[in-house]
Amino acid sequence: MTTRRIFLKSSAMAMVGMGAAPAWLSRALYAQDAPSPRKKILVAIFQRGAMDGLNAVVPFGEQRYYDLRPNLALPKPNGTPDSAIDLDGFFGLHPSLAPLKPLWDKGQLACVHAAGSPDPTRSHFDAQDYMESGTPGRKGTSDGWLNRALTPQQIISPVRAVSLGSALPRALRGRNDAVAVNNLNEFQVRDQRSSTSFESMYAGTLDKVLNGTGRETFDAVKLMQSIQKQTYTPANGARYPGGRLGPSLMQIARLIKADVGLEVAFTDMGGWDTHANEVGPKSSQGQLANLLSELGQSMAAFYQDLGDRMADVTVVTMSEFGRTARENGNRGTDHGHANVMFALGGSIKGGKVYGDWPGLEPEQLYEQRDLNLTTDFRDVLGELVTVHLGNREIKNVFPGYTEPKFRGLVTA
Amino acid sequence: MMQKSLALALAFLCATGLPASSSKKPPMAAPADFSQFQKKLNKDQQILHALDRLTFGPRPGDVEAVKKMGLKKWIDQQLHPEKLAENPELAKKLEPLESLRMSQEDMVRAYPPPQLIRAVAAGRQPLPEDPVARAAVERQIKRIKIKKDGPDDAPMEPVVSLEELIPRDQIRTLRNGTPDQKKELLASLPADKLDDIVVAMPPPMRNQLMANAPAEMRRRLMLANQPQQVVNADLTEGKLYRAILSTHQLEEQLVDFWYNHFNVFLDKGADRFMVTSYERDAIRPHVLGKFRELLAATAASPAMLFYLDNWQSVAPPPAMANRRNAKGGPPRQARGLNENYARELMELHTLGVDGGYTQKDIIAVARAFTGWTIRNPQQGGAFMYNDRTHDKGEKVVLGVTIPAGGGKEDAEKVLDILVKHPSTARFISTKLAKRFVADEPPPALIERMAKAFQDSNGDIRVVVKTMLESKEFFSAGAYHAKVKTPLDMIASAIRATGAQVDYAFPLSNQLQQLGQPLYRKQEPTGYSSANAEWVNSAALLGRMNFAIALVNNRVPGVKLDAKQFDNDPARAARQVLFADASTATLDSIRKAVADQMQKSSNPNGEPSSTMVAGLVLGSPEFQRR
Repeated sequence: MTTRRIFLKSSAMAMVGMGAAPAWLSRALYAQDAPSPRKKILVAIFQRGAMDGLNAVVPFGEQRYYDLRPNLALPKPNGTPDSAIDLDGFFGLHPSLAPLKPLWDKGQLACVHAAGSPDPTRSHFDAQDYMESGTPGRKGTSDGWLNRALTPQQIISPVRAVSLGSALPRALRGRNDAVAVNNLNEFQVRDQRSSTSFESMYAGTLDKVLNGTGRETFDAVKLMQSIQKQTYTPANGARYPGGRLGPSLMQIARLIKADVGLEVAFTDMGGWDTHANEVGPKSSQGQLANLLSELGQSMAAFYQDLGDRMADVTVVTMSEFGRTARENGNRGTDHGHANVMFALGGSIKGGKVYGDWPGLEPEQLYEQRDLNLTTDFRDVLGELVTVHLGNREIKNVFPGYTEPKFRGLVTA
Repeated sequence: MMQKSLALALAFLCATGLPASSSKKPPMAAPADFSQFQKKLNKDQQILHALDRLTFGPRPGDVEAVKKMGLKKWIDQQLHPEKLAENPELAKKLEPLESLRMSQEDMVRAYPPPQLIRAVAAGRQPLPEDPVARAAVERQIKRIKIKKDGPDDAPMEPVVSLEELIPRDQIRTLRNGTPDQKKELLASLPADKLDDIVVAMPPPMRNQLMANAPAEMRRRLMLANQPQQVVNADLTEGKLYRAILSTHQLEEQLVDFWYNHFNVFLDKGADRFMVTSYERDAIRPHVLGKFRELLAATAASPAMLFYLDNWQSVAPPPAMANRRNAKGGPPRQARGLNENYARELMELHTLGVDGGYTQKDIIAVARAFTGWTIRNPQQGGAFMYNDRTHDKGEKVVLGVTIPAGGGKEDAEKVLDILVKHPSTARFISTKLAKRFVADEPPPALIERMAKAFQDSNGDIRVVVKTMLESKEFFSAGAYHAKVKTPLDMIASAIRATGAQVDYAFPLSNQLQQLGQPLYRKQEPTGYSSANAEWVNSAALLGRMNFAIALVNNRVPGVKLDAKQFDNDPARAARQVLFADASTATLDSIRKAVADQMQKSSNPNGEPSSTMVAGLVLGSPEFQRR
């Protein structure tokens, strides 16, 4: 197994050693063949459960929205904290997303509306699977789009692809190394002698699945040791909210700033399946408002924490499908079709809602019930992969997707 | 320059990257090879395999016992748990977990939610009328100060402080004493002041005392923390004790299987009080019974009705649906159809996602289920059929017409249609085989199981028996083909080492770390049994750390005698794995032992059997079943 890839990796590891290497060395190691002085990084956030995009980025300019959602609709922007926050005279942000408004104003945040997967399924499981494999309608795909998005590198960092959480998501599974990290500080075997022994055990096992994961794990463990020695304080007064997403994004920020060769990161947030009581007594309150607060505060804190590093970083959000245009009988919404995606970062041409608005009239809706799709999610992700990450082999990242139509939301 | 280095990178990636990856993760597109499922296991392997798959891991002596009894007879016993005596130790462990035996209504009364206590204390709500509930709430209120207009999540302050109740040196002992000192002190506290003392303790003190406290004291501590915590702790402890101690191992495996098949998320509102009865009354009695009855029990369970929102789904009043109220505002009660349950009923519970239903079927099924609701869900209410909210129109489900004018039986008819559908027989058989045989079970086996399902009108015992009597089950293709789930890993480590579990609740933290918090899978899919779900860096490190913590007696509530393990790696491995470890594993352990001996201050001392046992439990071999 002494392939060149392994050899390069182990020699890099030897230099970084047991965390003894200064940051500049690891930075030099992992940045040397990048097209820019610093590597570009893509962070994907999956909103599991299907976010109600029509209440996250509200088409307040369309009366039909108010007709379809007598209990759920957000009031037109009127300056009060209960109304939508005007973006462009037609669309408005849910007031719980207020922390994102300054990023919009700076031109670093873009929305793509009526975007999503063209597959008609309304099954969470299938739709998430398709969105993570990047091949809607094809169940046989064994790896994920974010794993395939990784570009060939001369020196491969063991933490080039990281997901936060105790499972490796579908989007990151595949031939390239990818590690799942629960907590950076606990990413180690607590006893050094046992650690060494486990490492050689897993390196030598004939169990192919455990052998591969074991190797990836211990490579990453060594690299993490240099990070674990320092305590982390978010910069620029950034304050991450509690919950799952905030701490995850904070750890991603920590990895980025440590310059250990991170290229793509994935994290997710559940609870978006708002069939009942999506809104509270006011439409600006309730379950969806809480979820959006967490999302908005987390993304804003991440942006603030990274400061000028955001020039190299793009964050993109996605959710398996949207929700019904019409509210259901329980102050909620059922499974729908198209949704809204956010893209945040220095290379995003922000301050704009991208995509063609299909309208909410009965004949404009998908199957007369859901927001129609005008942007394939692969158009958005494909553009980020191609222009931001510099991976020109888009047909390998999204196999079978022959005619991508980029929206022009990324600066080359 | 740029181009060149890129080309180089590509070249070596092509040369080396592909073979390396194809050995790691075979692509799905390759034609499936099921020949391994034709290769028979030898007798010893068959016994170990059956114990690995049908139990939460073999204990010392199990292999010999099964050998003596005969494998066939042992499997037959497991298929008929009602005839098999239960382990008396389990009854002793379950005895103090009283919420496991309570009705849903009693549970809400006995463990009032904090919002209720707060609301009553602040005068926003009257005391409950029920005398038991009233007493429980009064007891709580008497001991805490509540700001009348404070926010709902403000901490509740004790009325009397700890310093007023016990001397300072005792407080110090409670805080920093040895486990024995704490135990002694807790036992000596005056009974009449006990409740006040417990309420006066700061929550971190209560939490760290719990592991040392006797069971009765532990419940007081938990009640003072948050009454509802008792319900959650009892559930978790009950599940772990059963997995570790029950003689009805296959039954427990199936309870886990069916609970996840019909998953309910414990933390969704009123489900906190409903899951106990759900698992006990809707799932457990049917795990080896008729699928139709199991399905019906879940469909009518308050837990499922609440979790998948069907309790709120009502027939849209045709004239009212879009009518505005007198003031021109939105309609006052715009309730209507909710598709959530109908969809998951077909996708996850019966037909499977490719089982041949459409969006039209989903709406028809949702309409048939209108009126299936819960009486007062927040007070632990029971199932109720409300004819006034039932959609009386005609429904067509999978081509079968359910005539107009029906009532509660409309949904029963839907269940009949679904259970008889061939997709259901296939889907259930496939899912069982994926859990008990291999991630990609051979189609021929599925065929036989699906036929058994249909021929027996969905008799689960018959389907499981068909699977367990198949050559595929006892084949090389199935042997060690599954990676243990975190629950399997933790339970099997405790069983293999004969560890004594004095208090199982802390193990729930371990399960959470490994990615499987019990009763807390938010999605209706339940936890997957697929290998890919459980093999990743975070989980692997978590397992290794658990193994080390367990043998060093650092898992709270669990005690283990590490001296029992042989310090010879090969023999120690056999003690835990009940089979030989690989050369790679043994060599790695031997190196660690040699390293330890060399660096130890006493070079002639014994190598640490603790370290050896920890390494075996964290080895690749132990992660398989």
